[in-house]
Amino acid sequence: MALITGKKCGDEEMGALGLESEVAEARTAFDSGKTKGFEWRKSQLKALLRLLQEKEDDMLKVLKEDLGKHRVEAFRDEVGAVAKSVDNALLNLKKWMAPEKLSLPLAAIPTVAEIVPEPLGVVLVISSWNFPIGLSLEPLIGAIAAGNAAVLKPSELAPATSEFLADAVPKYLDCEAIKVIQGGPQVAEQLLELKWDKIFFTGSARVGRIVMTAAAKHLTPVTLELGGKCPAIFDSLKSSRDKKVAVGRVAGAKWGSCLGQACIGVDYLLVNDEYAPTLIELLKGVIKEFFSNSEHLARIVNKHHFQRLCNILQDELVAASVVHGGSVNAEELFIEPTILLNPPLDKEIMTEEIFGPLLPIITLKKIEDSIEFIRARPKPLVIYAFTHDEKFKRRIVEDTSSGCVIFNDTLIQYVCDTIPFGGVGQSGFGQYHGKFSFDNFSNRKPVGRRSFLIEFSFRYPPWNEKKLQLLRHIYRFDYIGFVLCFLGLKRYSYRS
Amino acid sequence: MEGKISTEVFNREKAEATVKALRQSFRAGKTKTYEWRASQLEGIARLIKEKESDITEALRSDLAKPEMESYLHEISLAKSACLFALKNLKKWMKPEKVPAAITTFPSSAKIVSEPLGVVLVISAWNYPFLLSIDPVIGAIVAGNAVVLKPSEIAPATSELFAKILPEYVDSSCIKVVEGGVPETTALLEQKWDKIFYTGNGKVGRIVMAAAAKHLTPVSLELGGKSPVLVDSDVNLKVAVKRIAVGKWGCNNGQACIAPDYIITTKSFAPQLVEALKVTLEKFYGKNPLESADLSRIVNLNHFKRLTDLLDEENVSEKIVCGGQTDEKQLKIAPTLLLDVPHDSLIMKDEIFGPLLPIVTVDNLEDSFEIINSMSKPLAAYLFTKNKKLEQEFISNVSAGGILVNDIALHLANLYLPFGGVGESGIGAYHGKFSFDAFSHKKAVLSRGFAGEAGARYPPYTTEKQWILKGLINGSIVALFLALFKRF
Repeated sequence: MALITGKKCGDEEMGALGLESEVAEARTAFDSGKTKGFEWRKSQLKALLRLLQEKEDDMLKVLKEDLGKHRVEAFRDEVGAVAKSVDNALLNLKKWMAPEKLSLPLAAIPTVAEIVPEPLGVVLVISSWNFPIGLSLEPLIGAIAAGNAAVLKPSELAPATSEFLADAVPKYLDCEAIKVIQGGPQVAEQLLELKWDKIFFTGSARVGRIVMTAAAKHLTPVTLELGGKCPAIFDSLKSSRDKKVAVGRVAGAKWGSCLGQACIGVDYLLVNDEYAPTLIELLKGVIKEFFSNSEHLARIVNKHHFQRLCNILQDELVAASVVHGGSVNAEELFIEPTILLNPPLDKEIMTEEIFGPLLPIITLKKIEDSIEFIRARPKPLVIYAFTHDEKFKRRIVEDTSSGCVIFNDTLIQYVCDTIPFGGVGQSGFGQYHGKFSFDNFSNRKPVGRRSFLIEFSFRYPPWNEKKLQLLRHIYRFDYIGFVLCFLGLKRYSYRS
Repeated sequence: MEGKISTEVFNREKAEATVKALRQSFRAGKTKTYEWRASQLEGIARLIKEKESDITEALRSDLAKPEMESYLHEISLAKSACLFALKNLKKWMKPEKVPAAITTFPSSAKIVSEPLGVVLVISAWNYPFLLSIDPVIGAIVAGNAVVLKPSEIAPATSELFAKILPEYVDSSCIKVVEGGVPETTALLEQKWDKIFYTGNGKVGRIVMAAAAKHLTPVSLELGGKSPVLVDSDVNLKVAVKRIAVGKWGCNNGQACIAPDYIITTKSFAPQLVEALKVTLEKFYGKNPLESADLSRIVNLNHFKRLTDLLDEENVSEKIVCGGQTDEKQLKIAPTLLLDVPHDSLIMKDEIFGPLLPIVTVDNLEDSFEIINSMSKPLAAYLFTKNKKLEQEFISNVSAGGILVNDIALHLANLYLPFGGVGESGIGAYHGKFSFDAFSHKKAVLSRGFAGEAGARYPPYTTEKQWILKGLINGSIVALFLALFKRF
C-alpha cells in the first residue's frame, strides 16, 4: 500500500481505507496507553534527535532541492533550531509532566488540588512548505512530549522534504503511534473529515478557515499558525554602527530566510521621509555585502508563487516604485532582492502578505505615525521596531496588537523557548515552542480531593432561613459571624 | 426551541451596527485602562448586591429555583468571581518577566497580556445569571468590549439583564442583546475577536463553524455524561448526601457537572440505593413533587425529552425510586434506575435532569472501560478511600476536571481552571483563567545592538556553520566566538 512504504502520492485520491486504517492504528496505539509513559516520550524525543544528527546531510539536501536553501541557512533555520527544541524538551520533560500542586487559601474548597497534564489523544499536524522540516517537527515535539499519538501531513509543495520525512520518521520513531501521511489537498480533506483530538495547522488564512470549519464538526480544538504583513518600524538610530547592524538584521529577515517566504519575515518597512534615502543606501550596501552570490539565497518554491510575485511587479505603478533590483530568473525561480519606495497602498503588494523578496518601504511624516498605519491593518504575527526611544517602544507595545513584538532585531523569537510563539486575529491563535508546545497538546486537568471528615450539614436540603444565613457568613469568610449565627446569637444583615 | 419573540427585529444590520459601535469604543482605548475595568467590576458587584432579590425572583420564574440554590450557586459565585477579579486585577494586568534564552543573548523578554478586542458571550439557561455574568466578568477584566446574549429559554433572567445591566456598567462597551435563534445567527455572522459559548455540543458546533469564517478563537463550555464511581469503603452516609445535593440540589440535575450516572459494584449497589432513598426522603420528603426545594424542568420540550427516557422499553422497569412526573408543573421527582441496558437512550446522551441510572460492575476496575467508551465528560467523580484506585482513576479517566469524594465543588474554587475536553468543550475559565481566556499573551523581546553575530549572515562558510551549531546548542565557546569574531 502506497502509504506504508512512504511513496510519494501527490494529489491522487488516496484509498480512503488506507488512510483511515493508518489513523486507526495511531488511535489503537494511543488507547493502549503506551504513549503516556515518560519512558516512551523520552525515547521518541531521543530518536528524533538521532534522526536530526544522522540524517543532517539528507535534510540539508532536500531543503536545497525544494527551496534552494543554502546549507548554513537550512541548518540555522530548520535543522539546528529543531535540535535545540528537542534538547530543551528532553531537559524539561519530567518537570512538564509533573502535576502542578496548587496553593489554595484555607477557606477554599476543596483545599487540596493539583493540575494534572494529560495527552489529548491522537493529533493531526499539518505543516507548511517554507520551513518544511521545522514546521513539521516543532509541533511534533510538543505532541510527543505531551504523550499523544500523532499524524503528520507535510506540505506537498516541498515534495523532497515530504518524501524524506515519510521515509525517515518511521525508521526512527514508533511507527504505530507516529505517522507521516503524504499528499495534497485531497488527502488533507480526507484527513480533516476524521475525528482528531487536536489539529495543529501552519499555513495560510484561507486554508486555516477550511481546517477550523472541518474541526468544528467534531469540536476539535485547533491551533492556527498563520501569517500576515509583518512590519519593521525604522526609527532614526544615532550611531552608524547601530544603523548598519539594524539594516543587516532587516536584510537577514527579508532575504536571508527563505528569500522572504517566511511568516515572520519582514514584509515591509516603515520609516520617516527624511531618513528613507539613507536607509535605502544602507540596504543596498548590505545586499551587496551579504547577497552578491545568489548561491547564498533560497529560491521561490514553485512556478505559481514565482508568477504571483512577477505579476505584483508588473503593475505599472508598482514597477515605477522599484529603486533596487527587480530582475527575475524564471528558470531558476529566482527573484533578486528588490526594494520599492512607496508603492501604491491599494495594490496587492501592500494589501496581501508578500511572501517573497520584494521589500516595500513606506515613508511617513513622522515615525510615530507608524502606529496608526499598523493599527489600520490586520494584526500581524510580529511587529519589529528598531528604536532607542523607550517612550515609543511603550506606545508600540500598548497601542498595537500582534503575535509578538521584537525590538532591535528580527526572527530571533523563533529560537527563544521561553516565550510563546503564535498569532492573534488574522495571524492565528494558539501558541507553541518550549513549554507552550507541551501545554498546547495537553489537557490540563484539575484534580480536587476532599475528605469525609469535615461536613457542613447546612449544605443540604431541606432549606431554611438559618442555613441560608450560615452560608452567607461562610461565603464572606466571616467565621465569628458564622459561629454566632450557628449558636443562634446573630442574624445576618446586609450592612455588615 | 421555545423562546421569547422580540418586539424589535435584531437582524444582520443591527448586529453589524452593534459590533461597529463597540469596535469604535474599543479602538478609542476606553476598555484598556485599569480604572475602567475596576469601575465596571465595581458596578457589577453593586448590581449583585442591590438586585439580589430581583435576580432570585427571575430565577424562580425561569426555573422554580429554590432561593437557597439561587444564592449558593449563582449569586454568591458571581459575587466572589467579581471580588476576586477586583482584588487581582492589577497583578494580572502586569507584564510577566520571563528569562530570555541563551540563543538570543543578550536580550530581555516579557509577556504582556492584552485584550482581544470585541467579544461575544452566549450563555445557557440552567444557571442563566451566573453563566452570563461570569464570562462577562472575564471579558471585562481582560479589557475587552463585550456583547452578552443571554439564553432565551430563561426569559425572565434575560429580560433582567437587558434592563438592569446598563444601569450599572458602561453600555458603550458592554451590551446585552436578547433573542433566540435568528438574533444569535445575526450575531454569529459578525467578526468577533473571541466567542465564549456555554451550552450543548450541537450548538457548540454551529458556533465554532461560524467562528471559523473569521478565524475567531472560541471557548466552548459544553457538557457530557459525568460519571460517579462509588467504592464500598466510603463513609456512605456522607457520600450519598454529597451525591444527592450535587445531583438534585443543582437545578434538579440540569447542570453540566451534575452526576449523570453512578457506577458501583454489584455487591454494593443495594446498600447504595437504600442510602440514596433515605437521603432523598430526608431532603425532599415523601412527596418530592411538592417540595419547594426542587427546581422544575425548564420547559415542556425538556420535560418530554426526560419522560421519553423513562418510558423507553426495558428502562421504565428499572426504576427503583421516584419516577413521578407532573406535566402541568413541569416537575419530575428524583429518580433512581438500576442497571438499565447499556444501549438505552438514557445511557447515550447527557441526561440533564433528575434521573440517575446506577450501573453495576463486578469489579470497580471494569468501570474504566465503560467511562472511556463514552465521550470525555466535563467532570468525573470518585468516592473512595483507596489511594491506588484514586491514582488509577486520575490516570485513566480523561475529563474536564476530577473531584474525589465530593461533587461539583471544584467549580467554586477560583484557583482551578474550569472547562471541558473533547466533546465537553474547549478552553477554561474562572479566576485568572478567565482573564487569560479573554487575553492575548504577547511576547515582547528586546535586544540591543551590541553582540552582533556576524555568523548569522551570508556569505556562509563552514566556520560560520560551526559557530551557529554551537550557538544553537548553547555552547559558551560558540557564543563567545559568535559575539566577537569579525567576518
